Amino acid sequence: MKKQIIDFKVIGNKRVNATHFILTLQSELPLPTMLPGQFVEVKVEGSPTTFLRRPISIHDVDYKSNKLLLLIQEKGDGTRKLADLKPGDNLNIVLPLGNSFTQASEGESVLLVGGGCGVAPLLFLARELHAKGVKVTTLMGARSQDMIMEPENYSQFGELLITTEDGSVGKKGFVIHHPIWWDTKPSFDRIYTCGPDPMMKAISKLADKYQINCEVSLEQTMACGVGACLCCIVDTQRGHLCTCTDGPVFDYKELKNWID
Amino acid sequence: MTASGTFGYGPEFEDFYDINILGGIVVKGTTGKARQGNPYPRMAETPSGMLNAVGLQNKGVDGFINDIYPKIKHYNTAILVNVSGSTVEEYIEVAEKINALEHIPGIELNISCPNVKEGGMAFGTSCPSAIAVTKAVREVYKKTLVVKLSPNVTDIAEMAKAVEGAGADGVSLINTLLGMAIDAEKRRPILSTVTGGLSGPAVKPVALRMVWQTYKAVKIPIIGLGGIMNATDAIEFMLAGASAIQIGTANFIDPAIGAKVVSGIEDYMERHGISDVTSLIGALQI
Repeated sequence: MKKQIIDFKVIGNKRVNATHFILTLQSELPLPTMLPGQFVEVKVEGSPTTFLRRPISIHDVDYKSNKLLLLIQEKGDGTRKLADLKPGDNLNIVLPLGNSFTQASEGESVLLVGGGCGVAPLLFLARELHAKGVKVTTLMGARSQDMIMEPENYSQFGELLITTEDGSVGKKGFVIHHPIWWDTKPSFDRIYTCGPDPMMKAISKLADKYQINCEVSLEQTMACGVGACLCCIVDTQRGHLCTCTDGPVFDYKELKNWID
Repeated sequence: MTASGTFGYGPEFEDFYDINILGGIVVKGTTGKARQGNPYPRMAETPSGMLNAVGLQNKGVDGFINDIYPKIKHYNTAILVNVSGSTVEEYIEVAEKINALEHIPGIELNISCPNVKEGGMAFGTSCPSAIAVTKAVREVYKKTLVVKLSPNVTDIAEMAKAVEGAGADGVSLINTLLGMAIDAEKRRPILSTVTGGLSGPAVKPVALRMVWQTYKAVKIPIIGLGGIMNATDAIEFMLAGASAIQIGTANFIDPAIGAKVVSGIEDYMERHGISDVTSLIGALQI
């Protein structure tokens, strides 16, 4: 997969809740093949404090219409500028970057666990896995109902389970409190997770307990996104690796000081 | 050229343009033994720049020779190895081993890394130690020897003169400026090492000034770097006295910037009716 620099046109900017929005971008040129779990680096214009590109998960892709969707959380000046984008605006993007979730095989049963904005890479993953004949179950967790973002998108590819901390929708509690974990051994071949580190660590511990393969998608501050600057390192059994090229997806067993 | 630590070893950028159009690539700082570098976080974004504290993470000179060199030696551009160390002996060891590599025409002696506890910048902030390490490496290294200078000194022209006298074929400047960033909410430094090296357009005026001062002080060629984001910046460095320029942090913002700077310099020459780019060197009119 050759990495490219593409000028996209913003064709939609949809507010999902107080802190999240989805950009729909279209390219005049065909999109390169992308893999679930990969990310893009977005150039932010017009923000004096934003010097570097912003790494953003690939939320969804439509190759037929050259569309790329990004689910973004407003965190600082850079993402606030992106939230202000309007249809017709241009956005310069480097893509596709990073590795991907391991491709599950047809007939396997897979659990996707997303916390808050961590659901971002899971929609594209669910779509691709479903198309391959993998049985997909998605477990979304958030503080409250408004942070459960576009659940209907995920339920089209398999069963959708929800937990909220305040119980406003789904089961009350964290994702690790969902009844699926009450079984003697949950019947999943693989778990893929993205979200806050404490959540992914807790899921990794459960995976470890039940001996299920588990991959986590990490977030680190990045500069280059292509493995040149060595800024986004993560401590692994193989030493310092780059989140941008060796990750962002890692087998939890590979990470040092991840689960005790 | 592309600056050490900002372009990996070259293959990282091959998807974006034909990197053979570059005058050269200065690969990642290479030390005697493999180094893990500093803990995360190693980077802080700043207005018009960034701080890094990578700390010379690299596979060591043997790792470079065995794993990396075979993959890049076919490049049709000058590959310079940035040579770093904690002791004079380590600099000598690395330089001797690189000297034996047919397709490496030169080294850039890094006496200016601000991110390692020992060595690095310590050599580049005092004239006697800069002279000592340059002389020692000059004795064992037979090809082009460029010394990369630290801006964290009172008089960079003095340093340049010192390494010129010690046998350097050229100097490159500037390495990063020592800086720091603080998270006010947490009352903590952002970098794991507290301080780090500032790069990007924020340092460009300082770099231009230092290239200009150095140009007036030495006869050997100067490679100018520090915040070059486009061809105009590159031209400015040449006018200040640089014979060549390096693109550093800009590679992170636009991975195809190298090609754009090359074509932008050509456009400038055409626009100004210049046939020989070397006529720009030090051509600042005061």
